[in-house]
Amino acid sequence: MSILEMKNIEKSFADNHVLKGISLHVDKGEVVSIIGPSGSGKSTLLRCATFLETIDSGVISYDGKNAAETVNGKCTYAKNLNDFRHIFGLVFQNFNLFPHYTVLKNMMDAPVSVLHRDKEEVRAECIALLDKMGLAEKANAYPCELSGGQQQRVSIVRALAMQPEILFFDEPTSALDPELTGEVLKVIKQLAEEKMTMVIVTHEMAFARAVSDRVIFMDGGVVVEEGDPEEVFGNTQSERMKQFLRNYDRET
Amino acid sequence: MSLMTIIVKMSEGLGKTCAIFFLTLIFAIPLGMIVALLRGSRFKPVSWFAKTYISVLRGTPLMLQLLAVTYGPYYLFNISVSRNKLIPVVIAFSINYAAYFAEIYRSGIDSMPVGQYEASQVLGYSKIQTFIKIILPQVFRRILPALTNEIVTLVKDTSLAFTVSYQEMFTIGKQIANSQTSFVPFVVAGVFYYVFNVIVGFVMGRIEKRMSYYKM
Ligand SMILES: Nc1ncnc2c1ncn2[C@@H]1O[C@H](COP(=O)(O)OP(=O)(O)OP(=O)(O)O)[C@@H](O)[C@H]1O
Ligand SMILES: [Mg+2]
Repeated sequence: MSILEMKNIEKSFADNHVLKGISLHVDKGEVVSIIGPSGSGKSTLLRCATFLETIDSGVISYDGKNAAETVNGKCTYAKNLNDFRHIFGLVFQNFNLFPHYTVLKNMMDAPVSVLHRDKEEVRAECIALLDKMGLAEKANAYPCELSGGQQQRVSIVRALAMQPEILFFDEPTSALDPELTGEVLKVIKQLAEEKMTMVIVTHEMAFARAVSDRVIFMDGGVVVEEGDPEEVFGNTQSERMKQFLRNYDRET
Repeated sequence: MSLMTIIVKMSEGLGKTCAIFFLTLIFAIPLGMIVALLRGSRFKPVSWFAKTYISVLRGTPLMLQLLAVTYGPYYLFNISVSRNKLIPVVIAFSINYAAYFAEIYRSGIDSMPVGQYEASQVLGYSKIQTFIKIILPQVFRRILPALTNEIVTLVKDTSLAFTVSYQEMFTIGKQIANSQTSFVPFVVAGVFYYVFNVIVGFVMGRIEKRMSYYKM
């Protein structure tokens, strides 16, 4: 069964029609990468999936339960949206760590004060998680004392501390200096090996090709091409995709 | 009257000066937050009310507000002027400073990056949790210098209580100055206010330092 299912999603900002009936499903354990030119609506799609934007119409369901549905053209959201929020995590391009909390507090606070879990149990889990990510000695540091790469890794473990079933990433390495992207990509790769379900919006083509089970190429608010990474990257039939990859090669 | 006598007499009013100062802070700091939140309300009449409140209280002299709160009830409803003037004085100061604090809070809240709200929302924090745990501590950190400015002004503004003859330090000083035709009480008052503000500056500096364990 799909963890996430989005169907016929429409989203406009004023008269800017950004998502034009897009559909997306993500199965358990799957790693899906979303690529596409700037302005194609990738971030908007993730923000709709995580309820940071409200859709105009369509269906969003998690674990087979509708979080948003459209009946007779009228879109309504479920009353218990916060229950759905526990299913996913989102890693932002610019981290959005809480600057007044230590690394450990950043991770522990939501599980304790939102999920009402036992504090000591959460602490032990978080410390183990930090340890695994090589951040153990940063547990009591504040975000401002960390490098960009470390901050992004902390924001990943903060999301993981909520034990989400699915993790979204919106260009997790775009705000980083090139020499710091590697450490973040390595963490995501490690999660992929552990069969964490993930949706990754990225401009790192080589990474997307290496780590994904499925690649989605978006342009102009629709899915232009979708499939196995080798197929999409190596053997695309789409003229727009070819153009996009040519431009990308030229830039890098 | 010797300098020593003047100082002793004026010091007797210092307790009342401090009462105005601390009580105003105690009431105006939370009241300002309420006004700031009302101002940000999406319900138009509420935000309009808060905006008008702020604009009127900042746009008219505190001295007039003091007179209005102290004597207004008498002229309007024939309620006798309360014998303990501390009550109307603190009310006038509190509603006035709440307006200034509200503007400072609002600017601090508006300066918070939207990402802090979004991260909180995705992690499942309720709106109230987000505000209290994530936003408010950072807002206080940001607005502390502006708040310090207002608090320093408040120290000096306590002297306005003389307009309703509340027997705080400056009122006593002014009475001595009148009866003795002497300028000395004003000098003493100046020294008192200055020392008071040096202490305020020191305390606020300590608080700022304690809060600056992180960068935003
Ligand atoms: N909050 C908003 N208000 C108005 N327009 C918006 C908003 N967010 C996005 N848009 C518009 O929606 C369109 C798609 O933006 P989006 O950020 O989803 O693109 P993207 O594919 O993520 O691009 P990039 O690769 O540059 O991140 C753009 O035209 C953008 O200007
Ligand atoms: Mg984007």
